[in-house]
Amino acid sequence: MIKIEKLHKSYPIGKDSLHVLKGIDLHIKEGEFVSIMGSSGSGKSTLLNIVGLLDIHDEGNYYLNGQLIKDLNEKKAAILRNKFLGFVFQSFNLISYKTAVENVALPLYYKGMNRKERLQIALEYLEKVGLKDWANHLPNELSGGQKQRVAIARALVTKPKVVLADEPTGALDSTTTDSVMDLLKAINDEGMTVFVITHEEEVAEQTKRVVRLKDGVIISDEFTKAAKAV
Amino acid sequence: MFDLDRWREIFQSINKNRLRSVLSGFTVAFAILLFTLLFGIVSGLSNSFKDAFADDAMNAMTIRVWKTSKPYKGLQTGRRVQLRNADYDYVKEEYDNKIQYQTARIFKSVNIRYKSKADTYRLRAVHPDHQFLEKTIIDEGRYLNERDLKEKAKVLVIGRLIKEDLFGEKPALNKRVNLNGSSFLVIGVFSDDGGDNEERQVYMPVTTAQMMYGNNDYISQINLGYNPDLSLDAAIAFGNKMERDLRKRMNIHPDDQSALSVRNMAEANKGVGQFMFILYLIVIIVGSGTLVAGIIGISNIMIFVIKERTKEFGIRKALGAKPASIVGMVVQESVLITTIAGYLGLSLGTFILAQIGDTLEDYFIKDPSVSPGIVIGATITLILAGLIAGYVPAKRAANIKPIEALRAD
Repeated sequence: MIKIEKLHKSYPIGKDSLHVLKGIDLHIKEGEFVSIMGSSGSGKSTLLNIVGLLDIHDEGNYYLNGQLIKDLNEKKAAILRNKFLGFVFQSFNLISYKTAVENVALPLYYKGMNRKERLQIALEYLEKVGLKDWANHLPNELSGGQKQRVAIARALVTKPKVVLADEPTGALDSTTTDSVMDLLKAINDEGMTVFVITHEEEVAEQTKRVVRLKDGVIISDEFTKAAKAV
Repeated sequence: MFDLDRWREIFQSINKNRLRSVLSGFTVAFAILLFTLLFGIVSGLSNSFKDAFADDAMNAMTIRVWKTSKPYKGLQTGRRVQLRNADYDYVKEEYDNKIQYQTARIFKSVNIRYKSKADTYRLRAVHPDHQFLEKTIIDEGRYLNERDLKEKAKVLVIGRLIKEDLFGEKPALNKRVNLNGSSFLVIGVFSDDGGDNEERQVYMPVTTAQMMYGNNDYISQINLGYNPDLSLDAAIAFGNKMERDLRKRMNIHPDDQSALSVRNMAEANKGVGQFMFILYLIVIIVGSGTLVAGIIGISNIMIFVIKERTKEFGIRKALGAKPASIVGMVVQESVLITTIAGYLGLSLGTFILAQIGDTLEDYFIKDPSVSPGIVIGATITLILAGLIAGYVPAKRAANIKPIEALRAD
């Protein structure tokens, strides 16, 4: 599903440049539940942004769903994101003036679906994350855990190939963290590829494969107990 | 453009951010309001000027004589100059193709009596063309004609107010009145836009007056309407040449304004035309300045708005929004706000101008209004302004990489 070969990425800082990713090789198959661990500055967010087509790599090859990602313009990237990827962010990134159901329906709007249909599908997904009764509430009327569940529903609504989660539990307490992780596990059980970035061991333990990143290189890549238990 | 979902997105965005939308709208509305008022007031001034000349035909010329103020060819100062029929005929033959209408005028004061009522009125003895030069409107009967002149007929055309004075509600047409002791037939009643004084005039054939007053060929004044095909400059040149020719013919010093002069509406028209042109020019400059200020105002607000929404655009892009859809959305929103606000300003301006109406006539502002051309022009400017004000910053925002946009706060 995701295949990365010798990926490099640097950011210019003034005259110098900061080499963030120093040759990453990673292969994630369909249906995997992978977490990327690493301290801040290890390059894990950069990796996710490149995988999520939110940023462009400098060197190496990146295949998404078998397609080589190269010379993408904004328009093509937007189409691919809409088609293959669902995003869950640490800060939820819901649009503040839209209700929960409208937020969930937004990716479908960019898919070109009509309003009635997309609101109906959005409602189904809200039900799936247990927030049907909160459909017409604005984000600031929801708790952090609820917001993240809305964001997950939004990530799932287009039936993407991969769900990318950037510190999805970073802003949540331990109880809500568990409920969000349970949700991600349930999604994975349905066969969806889930790609989580975290710095919390407890979160990583709940995924099936942990990739540890340090200073822009992979230092370990192993399956967890959770995976072996299955 | 007609995407219902797109409009729904825009209305939602405007509705949820009312203060911001109202603020940007206010700038535009205010600019257009000022623009409209400015144009309206100048059009009011222009109307007053046009009105001031409405009494007489726009192409009127008058040959006036009085006393010489300069000695010439042995003739002394203070000699009284007299126009005669021969001068009238000379003008007619000499400048035939440059003249549309021509009439002589003799001014007298007369006493008119009908039954028990009588009063003194001002008489103008004229040729039939006088009707067109004075823009006399015939309410009843007819004006003087060539046959009246030839027969030196004792007929009168009286003003509407004379009829009211002498006849009240009763018909005046074909009634005989007593004018300075002679019996005259009323053949017409007229009205005139030039005011009450004009409607207390009485007209009689010039030949009849010459017979009545000394049986001579004197005339007081010659009035002309120059050929409307002439340009203003050609008409002015014609007036100057005629003035020189007549002074020469009548042995008057070439520069003696007092003895004989030609008053030419073409000169006044040219002056007024230039004055109005400059006035409009000033208004266009000031008005455009106001509009530009409004446009800059909305551009500023749009830049701020887009900065505020950068993160939202980043989210939308992460969810699959194409840059064009974001630019389109912002531009459409901006055009919508400018258009609605502009129309509000325009409507308010037009409303205020309509309320002013005639109340400022003392200040030479009459019926101020804006022409449809200006309204359409201002609307197009508004839409363009909204387009530019929205497009430039939106294009920039849409080109920010989603990762940077998401980081923005």
